[in-house]
Amino acid sequence: MAALINVPAKARRGDIIEIRTLTSHIMETGFRHTADGALVPRDIITSFTCRYNGAEIFRADLFPAIAANPYLSFFTVAKESGKFEFAWIGDNGYTSTASAPITVE
Amino acid sequence: MPTTRRQFLSLAGGVTIAGTIPIVTVRTLQATPAMLNTAIRNIVGEAQIRTGKVKLDIPPLVENGNTVPMTVSVASPMTANDYVKSIHVFNEKNPQPNIGNFYLTASSGRAQVSTRVRLADTQKVVAVARLSDDTFWQVTAEIVVTLAACTEEMN
Repeated sequence: MAALINVPAKARRGDIIEIRTLTSHIMETGFRHTADGALVPRDIITSFTCRYNGAEIFRADLFPAIAANPYLSFFTVAKESGKFEFAWIGDNGYTSTASAPITVE
Repeated sequence: MPTTRRQFLSLAGGVTIAGTIPIVTVRTLQATPAMLNTAIRNIVGEAQIRTGKVKLDIPPLVENGNTVPMTVSVASPMTANDYVKSIHVFNEKNPQPNIGNFYLTASSGRAQVSTRVRLADTQKVVAVARLSDDTFWQVTAEIVVTLAACTEEMN
């Protein structure tokens, strides 16, 4: 699935860098009804994790109160070159992954 | 007996009137302040929650509750002995009291998280931070919402 990842390509060792992620997902709340009264079943992303060279650096539990196409921004310290791996897990067996490289000097 | 024009029209008119009476169903879809407190206690347990350290950056007046930008930051040195373990955000009047739980580490560098949330009504939003010494700090923000999210009908 389509995900937009924004990670600086280069950083100095010890820098605090911002990581921004955006993924496309309807985030159907499960509280809405169609015009004829039927409940629209819930379909949301429930969990997001970010790993930096295998170690988890950020995790989030998401609820229906997160807007459609979930956007998350957070920080980490640039320690070594390598890659960030992102994973989204949701209802109905939804999974999506993405990754981004970084060079630390 | 054959149906006369007059009978037919009065019958058709009656059906039309009955058809236009709106069927009102009241949906109790709001979380209550009690649900908010329960949700916070589920995370915090019996611990004391102090006010301060946490900053909630969210517009005080929102036109569209479907996507409201929100940034939570915590005043913390983010060192190995003193860092923010997690940030939990709650609301008062959406159908569910939780918005999100965010778990940080000592190497996060800065205790700050941004996302976009849905708000179903004019209400307060509460952010609670758990520090590495297991103390809890909170902040509350009041938000006025003019167009609500979540519970409208789908087209």
